[in-house]
Amino acid sequence: MISRLLLAFPVFTVVALVILGLGAMLLKRNLIKVLMGLSLVESAANLFLIVIGYRQGGVAPIFTNVPEHPVMVLPTVQALTLTSIVIGVATTAMMLSFAMIIYKKYGTADVHKIKKLKG
Amino acid sequence: MFSFCIRHLPALLIAAPLFTAFVVPLAGRLGSRVRAAWVALGAFATAGIGFALAAKVLGSGPVTYVFGALDHAQTLGAAAAFPIRIMFEVDAFSALMILISSLSSLAITIYSLAAESRQSGLDIFYAMLFLLVAGVLGMVATGDLFNFFVFLEISSLAGAALVAYRIDEGVAVEAGLKYALLSTIGALSVLIAIGILFAQYNALNLAAVASRLQFGTLDKIALVLLAVPLAMKAGAVPMHFWTPDSYAAAPSSVTAFLVVSSQASLYALFRILYTLYGHLLQFSWVTFGWFLIILGVLSAFVGVTMALTQKDVKRLMAYHSVSQTGYMLLGAGVALAVLGNAEALAAFGKTALAGALFHMFNNALYKGLLFLTAGAVFYRTGTRNLDRLGGLGHTMPWTMAFFMIGALAIAGIPPFNGFASKLLIYESVYRLSPFLSILAMVVSILTLASFVKVFHAMFLGPPRAEYAEAREVPRPMLAGMAILAAFVVLIGLLPRPFNDHMIAPAVEALLDRVGYIATILGGS
Repeated sequence: MISRLLLAFPVFTVVALVILGLGAMLLKRNLIKVLMGLSLVESAANLFLIVIGYRQGGVAPIFTNVPEHPVMVLPTVQALTLTSIVIGVATTAMMLSFAMIIYKKYGTADVHKIKKLKG
Repeated sequence: MFSFCIRHLPALLIAAPLFTAFVVPLAGRLGSRVRAAWVALGAFATAGIGFALAAKVLGSGPVTYVFGALDHAQTLGAAAAFPIRIMFEVDAFSALMILISSLSSLAITIYSLAAESRQSGLDIFYAMLFLLVAGVLGMVATGDLFNFFVFLEISSLAGAALVAYRIDEGVAVEAGLKYALLSTIGALSVLIAIGILFAQYNALNLAAVASRLQFGTLDKIALVLLAVPLAMKAGAVPMHFWTPDSYAAAPSSVTAFLVVSSQASLYALFRILYTLYGHLLQFSWVTFGWFLIILGVLSAFVGVTMALTQKDVKRLMAYHSVSQTGYMLLGAGVALAVLGNAEALAAFGKTALAGALFHMFNNALYKGLLFLTAGAVFYRTGTRNLDRLGGLGHTMPWTMAFFMIGALAIAGIPPFNGFASKLLIYESVYRLSPFLSILAMVVSILTLASFVKVFHAMFLGPPRAEYAEAREVPRPMLAGMAILAAFVVLIGLLPRPFNDHMIAPAVEALLDRVGYIATILGGS
């Protein structure tokens, strides 16, 4: 029972991160904090990918220094996570620069006051 | 050399716009003429490759392409039991979307050569534009779930950057940020769904996952996590709120392509409902069908009623985009609702789906045309406010003619292309529920009313003193609009050949789930 809970622990972390991130995006007024919330959700997604790649007793697919009769893990999810991290960096950088421009033009980073769009 | 190109068409389809995008800043160093020539060359090359690939698929069946494989035969069929390579699978439905994107990207690039020439930062503009094109083409061509996520993010990022391109005292950046935030949240939801599917089936290939899918609780969660963000990106009510902001803030040529990128999301939604989940939904086909139908009717109705009150011409057109998406959802929903009933499917289900897909093609043409005319008016007058426009028919006759063609097409007036697809939707929806069909016609009438108002406000009336200087827009802009207008009229006059050779195969491909899987995995 305990060991099953321990195995599920990373999944709980993922769920907690998603909730924290979405909460920050919906409740925080500062634009930068909203973007931090988005980053949290992004990390949650990456962590989730890594979690599902875990196989009990598997070893990393590195072809030097392998034990006898190894069960190697297919490193697909790790590759996916790397790609996803790179995409995340690009998205975050772009949105932070948007936030900078908005602050320069509007003089505020309060999402309740950034409301020139209408209709 | 020629056969080499034919064999690698799917790879070139992505490589051409990507290469164009990354070389634009270098070409820009050599001068604006070099850049314009390079951009035009890239646009023609991309569109040419798109047309060639679509012709090949429509002529001789689905094309698969395995990246990084010396011998494609070795990675398909039985050898694909362990499918982790990135694959493109281009069937007739993908080919239809590739045709739409190619045609639209060609027209908007030619248009923007003149329309954006007065702006600064053009290197980045064109680089982003071609990245957007590459993203959309990748979304519709790929046969791999994670690859789809990557292309979705490429198109979202490039789209958001282009929406914010004009800054416009921060308003455009605000719209761009909104678009980027929603797209990223949506894409992360798609990514988590892909993770859920991979964890269970050890595959990312769409065909492989489809063949192994069990439809347990986790798969249902994955379906929701996939369908909701894609419906949002397609601009369906009640998740349409980002469309007017982004469509209005983006440069017009970009808006015309954002319409296509929304439809690429719609393509993915249909792909997931019909191909990935397909027969697993059989106990709830009617439920899912009606879900799409209700979404569609809501979009059509809410979109058009919101449009009626708008003062900004591009916001107005954006709400009409939401409304037109409703027609596509309606048609696809009717087909999904009767998927379990072979008789009804043959009688009107296929017609409804054909109407939906035909409408996607037509909408990209006339909606693009309308946004381009709005951009032409903005180019000469500097305003999008309908109250301040007027009398432009005297000085901009060609723009007026193109606007009329687009407006009549979107209202579904014969002999323009909108009529051809709307008629298919009306007559098939009528067989399921006459009430819905009448509702769809009412939406068309409201659409017409709204565009009569816009036409009156922009082009009719005495010439205004403040726009005495306004002339017809430069030739490249007219050429871009003329390409789209020519197809609007051509399809309107001769809908049958287009229907028989492009739409009907796409409908068959979308309904043939087993065939899609067998193309990759072999057997059936």
